[in-house]
Amino acid sequence: MNLTVNGKPSTVDGKESVNVTELLVELKVPQAEYVTVELNGEVLEREAFDATVVREGDAVEFLYFMGGGNSTFPKGAK
Amino acid sequence: MLTIPRAIHDDLIAHARADFPIEACGILGGTDGAASAIFRMANTDRSNEHFMMDPKEQFAVVKELRNRGLAMLAIYHSHPESPARPSEEDIRLALTPGVSYVIVSLAGAEPDVKSFRIAGGVVEPEPIEIVE
Repeated sequence: MNLTVNGKPSTVDGKESVNVTELLVELKVPQAEYVTVELNGEVLEREAFDATVVREGDAVEFLYFMGGGNSTFPKGAK
Repeated sequence: MLTIPRAIHDDLIAHARADFPIEACGILGGTDGAASAIFRMANTDRSNEHFMMDPKEQFAVVKELRNRGLAMLAIYHSHPESPARPSEEDIRLALTPGVSYVIVSLAGAEPDVKSFRIAGGVVEPEPIEIVE
């Protein structure tokens, strides 16, 4: 299955379709629990990862959650 | 080393001041450690202690960077009332590999802009060179 992942051609060998959760495993995405996924221009809810099927020719984008806070600092930090 | 043009450095501070008292956040794009573009992002938390970017905005910026042949160099946010150093939450949520994490503090008499590399919970300060 040929895909475009983050703008680059990518291949998932031996499969005609996978769900999004499976795709993140196939792509060996570390800390996938913090990844947001866009499929063919639509941002997916995390709850939909298992039920959303990725097929030949699809365009997938993923990126990591970007956030933080200043309420707590490491112990010993100046 | 993160190289930032004076105009972008000034815009980082201007963004932090404009969004005060909530945390400002955004992305710097560029090549080879030299920033050439700044993208102000919405803080969907609207908080003075937290920030979170909107995924739709994130994807749009990533595509814009790609179209312009630029890489994501840094993720920045402001600390309106605390120093320019990563909090525990900043460290835990520094998930994007290969980028700098820039913090703009407005806590002191003058704004303070610092950069860090954060990976696997390890924080390393990174020098910033401001170029004209």
